[in-house]
Amino acid sequence: MSQVNRIAASSKRINRNRTLTFTFNGKEYQGFEGDTVASALLANGVDVVGRSFKYSRPRGIITSDSQEPNAIFQIGSTQATTIPNPRATQTDLYHGLAASSTNGWPNVDFDLMSTVGKLGGSMMPPGFYYKTFMFPQSLWMSYEHLIRKGAGLGSSPQQADPDSYDKMHHHCDVMIVGAGPAGLAAALSAAQTGARVIISDEQNEFGGSLLCSKQQIDGELPSQWVEKTVAQLATMDNVLLLPRSTVFGYYDHNLVGINERRTDHLGENQLQSTRQRVHKVRAKQVILATGAHERPLVYGNNDVPGCMLANAVSTYINRYDVVPGNQLVLMTTNDNAYKTAIDWHQAGRKVVTIVDTRESSNGELVKKAKKLGINVIFGHAVIEVSGSKRVKGVDIAPINAVNHSVTGAAKHFPCDTVASSGGWSPVIHLSSHTGSRPVWNEDIAGFVPGETVQQQHICGGLEGVYDLSKVISAGFTTGAVAAQAAGKGEGSYAGTLPQTSDPQEDASMALFHVPHSKKTSRAPKQFVDYQNDVTAAGIELANREGFESIEHVKRYTALGFGTDQGKLGNINGMAITAKSLGKTIPETGTTIFRPMYTPTTFGALAGADVKHLFDPARFSAMHKWHLDNGAEFEDVGQWKRPWYFPKPGEAMQDALERECLATRNSVGILDASTLGKIDIQGKDAREFLNRVYTNPWSKLAVGKCRYGVMCKEDGMVFDDGVTACLEENRFIMTTTTGGAAGVLQWLELWHQTEWPELEVYFSTVTDHWSTMTISGPNSRKVLEKICDVDVSNDNFKYMDWIEAKVAGVKARIFRISFTGELSFEINVQANYGMHTWQAVMAAGEEFDITPYGTETMHILRAEKGFIIVGQDTDGSVTPQDLDMDWVVGKKKEFSFIGKRSWTRYDNKRDDRKQMVGLKPKDPNFVLPEGAQIVFEKNQSIPMTMVGHVTSSYYSACMGYSFALAVVKGGISRKGQSVFLPLSDGTTVEAEICSPVFYDPKGDRQNV
Amino acid sequence: MSNSVQVESPLHHAQLDQLIGQSNSGGIVLHEAALLGHLNLRGNSDDAEFLAGVQEALGIALPITPCSSANSELAQIMWLAPDEWLIVVASGSEYEVEQKLRSYLKGHFAVSDISGAQTILELSGSNVVELMKKSTGYDLHLDSFPVGKVIGTTFAKAGAHILRVSEDKFQLVVRRSFSDYIWLWIQQGSQEYGLTIV
Amino acid sequence: MLHIHCPYCEEMREEEEFSPAGQAHIQRPLNPEELSDEQWARYLFFRKNPRGLHHELWLHAHGCRKYFNMTRNSVTYQIMETYKMGAKPSITASEEGQS
Repeated sequence: MSQVNRIAASSKRINRNRTLTFTFNGKEYQGFEGDTVASALLANGVDVVGRSFKYSRPRGIITSDSQEPNAIFQIGSTQATTIPNPRATQTDLYHGLAASSTNGWPNVDFDLMSTVGKLGGSMMPPGFYYKTFMFPQSLWMSYEHLIRKGAGLGSSPQQADPDSYDKMHHHCDVMIVGAGPAGLAAALSAAQTGARVIISDEQNEFGGSLLCSKQQIDGELPSQWVEKTVAQLATMDNVLLLPRSTVFGYYDHNLVGINERRTDHLGENQLQSTRQRVHKVRAKQVILATGAHERPLVYGNNDVPGCMLANAVSTYINRYDVVPGNQLVLMTTNDNAYKTAIDWHQAGRKVVTIVDTRESSNGELVKKAKKLGINVIFGHAVIEVSGSKRVKGVDIAPINAVNHSVTGAAKHFPCDTVASSGGWSPVIHLSSHTGSRPVWNEDIAGFVPGETVQQQHICGGLEGVYDLSKVISAGFTTGAVAAQAAGKGEGSYAGTLPQTSDPQEDASMALFHVPHSKKTSRAPKQFVDYQNDVTAAGIELANREGFESIEHVKRYTALGFGTDQGKLGNINGMAITAKSLGKTIPETGTTIFRPMYTPTTFGALAGADVKHLFDPARFSAMHKWHLDNGAEFEDVGQWKRPWYFPKPGEAMQDALERECLATRNSVGILDASTLGKIDIQGKDAREFLNRVYTNPWSKLAVGKCRYGVMCKEDGMVFDDGVTACLEENRFIMTTTTGGAAGVLQWLELWHQTEWPELEVYFSTVTDHWSTMTISGPNSRKVLEKICDVDVSNDNFKYMDWIEAKVAGVKARIFRISFTGELSFEINVQANYGMHTWQAVMAAGEEFDITPYGTETMHILRAEKGFIIVGQDTDGSVTPQDLDMDWVVGKKKEFSFIGKRSWTRYDNKRDDRKQMVGLKPKDPNFVLPEGAQIVFEKNQSIPMTMVGHVTSSYYSACMGYSFALAVVKGGISRKGQSVFLPLSDGTTVEAEICSPVFYDPKGDRQNV
Repeated sequence: MSNSVQVESPLHHAQLDQLIGQSNSGGIVLHEAALLGHLNLRGNSDDAEFLAGVQEALGIALPITPCSSANSELAQIMWLAPDEWLIVVASGSEYEVEQKLRSYLKGHFAVSDISGAQTILELSGSNVVELMKKSTGYDLHLDSFPVGKVIGTTFAKAGAHILRVSEDKFQLVVRRSFSDYIWLWIQQGSQEYGLTIV
Repeated sequence: MLHIHCPYCEEMREEEEFSPAGQAHIQRPLNPEELSDEQWARYLFFRKNPRGLHHELWLHAHGCRKYFNMTRNSVTYQIMETYKMGAKPSITASEEGQS
C-alpha cells in the first residue's frame, strides 16, 4: 500500500530520501527516516492497531507521545530481540522493523475474543476479574493465563538477548528534564554560568512542542531557534545532551534515573555498541520541564479508530507530513485546539466542523479559523461516534455543561476523524516520584506539582503556563536560579530573551465528561482509560458500589493500571468520580505516580551486571589448579570453593567416599584460604577477645591457638573459629568464610561505639594468606619433606603454631584440626600460594595425597560432631543448646557479649532444641537435611514437630549414614527413637545419639 | 628464598604479559602494578609522637587530611581513614619497612603486611573517565576528584580504593580475591573504547 | 538512593558505600548481671520507630570503615545531619516540634 496519508514535503523532520521498509502484523509497509512507527502506520492509512483489553474493540492510534494507550506493540524480528509493549508513538522507525499488535489474539481484524467481548459487555463490569475469578483459587493460575493472553500484555523474549547494556554515573549542578522550549531555555541560561548541566529528552531530537509548532520565534520557525540553541549547547564542555533518553524515575536526594536508547533506532543486532544505557545522575538542582499532555474528552464510542487527540493530529501533520484522515470534526473546550483544524485545512483536507463546547469565543485562533471558512458550532458537543473499525460520523448536540445534560436534538455529521481537546494536564509524574502530592490548579483545570523536599524547580507547561513567550522566559529565569542554588552565577539571565507573540486566547471550559442524551449507564461506552477498558459508566458504578477513595476506585476499576499508568485517563477519571460523589476534584484527590514513567526494559535495568558480572566471584590463589584438576565448585558467599574433585567418570558420592577414606587413611589437602582472617594488635587485644568470645583468653600463651565461639548480645551463636596468639599483644583471628566481613564489622562496632578506650586495632588479612590444610595420618610425613623445622609431636604439639619455611616460603603453620585427624594448616603469603600448594602436592605424591573440597570437609567434621555455624545453627541456638558449655568462660570478670542473655527465662527452658546425633535405622538411608522430627509416629496432621536435621551424610569411614540434628530436650533423650515424616509420605526412624561419631576420645588428632 | 620459588600476582592467570603490545589504539590502557609491598598502618593521627615516628621511618609526613595521599622515593601513602593508611613500597621491601616502622613507633599502633592481599591496577587512556563513570558512583570531575586524592568506594560491585594519579590516570587498589571479577568488568566496560595492556 | 555525608571522609558519598546499623545512641548497660530480664530485654529488643526524625547508626563500609550517627526524617528521607561517634545530635525531634 502506498502512503495515502503522506502529504507534500514540508517538515524537515522527515528524510524523504531514505525510505524504510517495515512490517506490521506480517504486512509490509514503507515509511521515511524520521518517522515513528505510529506516524508511518498513519501515513499508510492503517486504522486498527490493536484490540482492547476487556471488550476486544478495535482500537487505533490516539496520541503522538508517551500517553499512547492503544498502539502498544511487540517489536523485534526474533525471539532474542523482541520487546513487548513499546509505544509505536515513541518507537523510531528503522529499516526491517517488525511490529505486531500485542493485543488482538489471534489477529486484529478477526478477533476470537471480540465475541466474548461483545457478549460479555454487560457481563464484565468493573471488578469483574475480582468477582468472577477469585474462586476456586486453584484455578486462578489457568484463568490468569487466559486473561493475560486475551488481554495482550505482550510476550517475553524466549531467547537470550544478544545486546549489551550498561550504566553510567554522573554528577551535575543542574539536571534538566525535558528539552522543549522551557528546558532548552533553562539549559542555556544555567550553562552560561559555568554550571555543569545535563539535559535529557525522551524524543529522538530536542525541541519538544516546538518541533511541530508554527508560532515564530525571533521571526523564524521555532525549529530554527531549537537548532541554534542545541548547536550552542553542544559546543559547551559543561553540558551533556541526552536525546532519546527517558527520565524514568526521580529518586531521593535528587537522583535521576535516565534510560538512553542508543541503538534502538538503528535496528536490531547493533552489537558493536551498547543498546541502552542507564544514566544515574546525582544533581545538585533538578529542573523539571516536562510540559503538559493534552487531555481527551470522554464521549460515546470515543475509542473508534479515527478518534484522536487534537494536538496529536497537528503533530502528525506538521512534524511527519501525515494527515490521518480526510474529514475532520474537532471538538474542543479551548482556543488552542483550533490550531488543529487550521493545520488540517491548510494541509488541503476537509474540516467538517469545529464543535466548541463553550457558548462563545473571540480568540485570535477562533477568528483565524472562521476567516479560513471553517464552520464553528458553539455550545455543542460530539455526544456519540458511529463506526466500528473507523469513524463514519458523529452526533452533535447542544449541551449544558453545568447540569451535565443534552439540551436539544442531535444532528448527524459524516466524517472519518474526530479530534478532541479537553485542555492540558501538566506532566507531574516525576515530581510525584519523591512523594510530593500534586495540587489542583483551578485556572488550568489540572494538577501541578505540590510541595517537595527535593532541590527541585519547575517551569513551563508543568507549571500550567502555556503561552510560549512566558514558557521561554520562565525557562531562562529558572535555569539561572537553579544554577545559583548550585553555587553558580548571579541568579538571573543577562542575555536577551527571544521574542515571540502569543495569540490572544479566550478562557477555556473545564469539561471532562461529555453528557449524552441517555444516562451514562445506558449511553454508548464512553472510555476513560482505553488500555484497561474503563468507562465513565464503570467508574460511576464503582462509586455506587461504595468505592469512594480515588485509590480504591483505581484498584477496583483498574483505572490507570496499564503500561500508560493513567497518563491519558486519570484526570478524567477523577473528575467523573468527583462529579458522581458530588465533590470537587481537589477533594477527591489524585493517585500518586510512581517510577517507571514509561516501561523500561529489564536489560537496561540489569546493565552490565549479568552473566559472569552478575555478582563478584571471589577466587583463591590456587583456583587455577582446582580448575585444571577437575574440581566442581560450590558458592560460599561470593567465593567459588572446590566442592569435590571427581576423577573422570566418577559420580559425586564415589568421589566423596574416596576423598574421605584417603584423608582418614593417608592424607588429604583442602584449600582453606577463604576463611576470614583478622590481624588484632594492641595492648588491650586480649581484653577485647575476652569480651567478644565466650571463652577466656587471658592465659593463651604466645605460640598457642584456641577455638572460640562468638555470640550476639541475645546469647545466640553467630560465628566461630580459631584464634592464635602471635605476640603478647597480637592475635590472628579466623572466622567462617561467610562470616568474615560481618565479624570484622562486629568487632569494629563494639570498639568504635562502646569501648573506644581499649587500645586495639583490627585489620583484615583474609586475602593476604593462602591457606592449605593437610590432614590425615601421613600429613606430618608430607610436611617434614618440605619444611625447615622439626614438626614432630614433641616439638610441635596439637593447638600450637610455628613459623617455618615451607617449600622455601615463609609460612605460619597451625596444628589445628577440623577433621579429627592429625592436621597442619599451612599459611603463606598469597602470591606464593600456588607455588606452595604445588610443592605440597609433589611432596605428598608418594602418599597419594588427595585434594578434597567443602563436601568432604563437611562429612569429616560432622563425623566428629563439629558444628558449622549457619548450617547447624540458625541464629536461635546458644552454646548450651549445642552442648558446648565447655566453651563458656565461668570466671571471666567482664560480662562478655551474650552472657547475660543465657539466664533469660526463655533460654533456660529444658525443652529447647538441642544438638544431638541421629543414626537412621536403615544404615544406608541418608536423611534429607531440613527434615522435621516428631516423637510419636502415629499422629494426625499437623504433627507436633520437635526438631529438624541440620547436617546429614553417608560415612564411608564408618559404613553407615548419620546426621546432626536439633531436638527438643535432645541431650537427655540419647538412645530414644524419633521419627521423620518425609515429603514422599514415608516415615523413617532414627535413634538419638552423641553427635561425636568418630574417634570420640580425640586420639587421632593428637598423634 | 630459593630461586625456584614461583611468585604469582593476583592477575597472574590473566597472562597480561602476553597481551602487551597486542593493541595500541585502545581508549583504555591497563597496567597491573603487580607484586608491590603493601602495608596497612593504624595509629592515632592526633598523637604527635606517632606522626613523628612515621616521618622518621618513611621520610615523609603521614597524610592526615581526609582522602589525601603522599609520595616519597621510598613509599606512597594513601589515607584510608582517620586512623588508617596504606603504604605501598617497592616489591620485596615490605618486611624491611615494616620492621623500620616497628622500631620507630612507640605506643599504640599497628602494622599489617597485606602484600599478598591486593594488587594495583593502573587505568589510563583517553576514555578512562568514561570507564570510571561506568564503575563508580563517585564524582570524577577534577573539582571533586583532583590529582592526588584517594577515595575508598565501590568499583562495580567490589570495594576498592581509587587514587587519581593524573587527569586521565587512576590507580585502583583491589583485593586479590576480587581481581578476576574486576579484570572481567574492565574488559566489558572497555569494549566500546578498546583496551590496551601495558 | 540516599546521598550521605561521611563525617570522617568529610564529603558526600553514594548510599551504596554505606550500610545502616540500626538505632543510634543505645548504650550497653554497664552491669548486665544486675538487670532484671525485663530491663535486659528492653536493651536487647526494643527500638524506636518514629514517624519523623530518627537518630540512626551507619557504617561507611566501603569507605573509611567508621561508624557514625545520622539524624534522618523517616517520612521525607531528608538527612538533617551526620555526626561522629561520641557526639550529640544538634537537631532532635523536640526542637522540630515533634513528640
